[in-house]
Amino acid sequence: MKKKQINGMKLEFDAISSNEAFARQTMCAFAAGLDPTIDEISDLRVIISEAVTNCVVHAYKNAPGKVEITAKTYEDRSMRIKIKDRGCGIEDIDKCMQPLYTTDPSGERGGMGFAIMQAMSEKFRVVSAPGAGTALYIEIKFGK
Amino acid sequence: MDQTEISAEYDDGVLTVRIEGEVDHHAARHLREDIDKKIFFHRPAVLVLDLSRVGFMDSSGLGLMLGRYTRMEEIGGRLVISDPSQQTEKIIRLSGLDKKIEIKKKGGQA
Repeated sequence: MKKKQINGMKLEFDAISSNEAFARQTMCAFAAGLDPTIDEISDLRVIISEAVTNCVVHAYKNAPGKVEITAKTYEDRSMRIKIKDRGCGIEDIDKCMQPLYTTDPSGERGGMGFAIMQAMSEKFRVVSAPGAGTALYIEIKFGK
Repeated sequence: MDQTEISAEYDDGVLTVRIEGEVDHHAARHLREDIDKKIFFHRPAVLVLDLSRVGFMDSSGLGLMLGRYTRMEEIGGRLVISDPSQQTEKIIRLSGLDKKIEIKKKGGQA
């Protein structure tokens, strides 16, 4: 049965690190209509922050680019979020999903972004191809 | 947002760095440089990262810890994480970093 949608939004912003806080605050404000608990909102903040950081650091490698977030909320207190970039894309998605895997040689990144997003989401899917950008499809359910 | 700040105290081989604010990728770059300057200056036996005033942390914070853990190992010292919030501790445990880095809670010993 198709879920009944309550609300929808679309947000586009520059892929710069100062927008990581902007994105998580905006998405939390949008999710507030579903009356999440403090723990649920904390998880959402982490998910959004991880996804936008990936766009800045990995997709565009600190070069100019745009991040697009679309989100919908539903009557069953769930939320579907799509986070999309037009950056370099991912060659091996399975490898990137492995905890502690990172392409960053500096030793300053934990390689846990995807694993954390997956652990905190109800559903989590990555669609990407080299040169074609990346889209994350995330579903969150409040009040489980 | 550039509101994340640190304050530091050094006493008898222990460098305590208190982080205040949100630790994301944006803030982590500046925090890393500031903390490393203090490690380089004091060369402590123990670095305590006091997270009691950290309101938000994502995996960039894990990277910050992992990098400081390596710095401290390089100079023969150790890293202790102090008083993380419930959410920060959840991220640390999800990553498995708690198996590598000591976590001290209020009233506990480093």
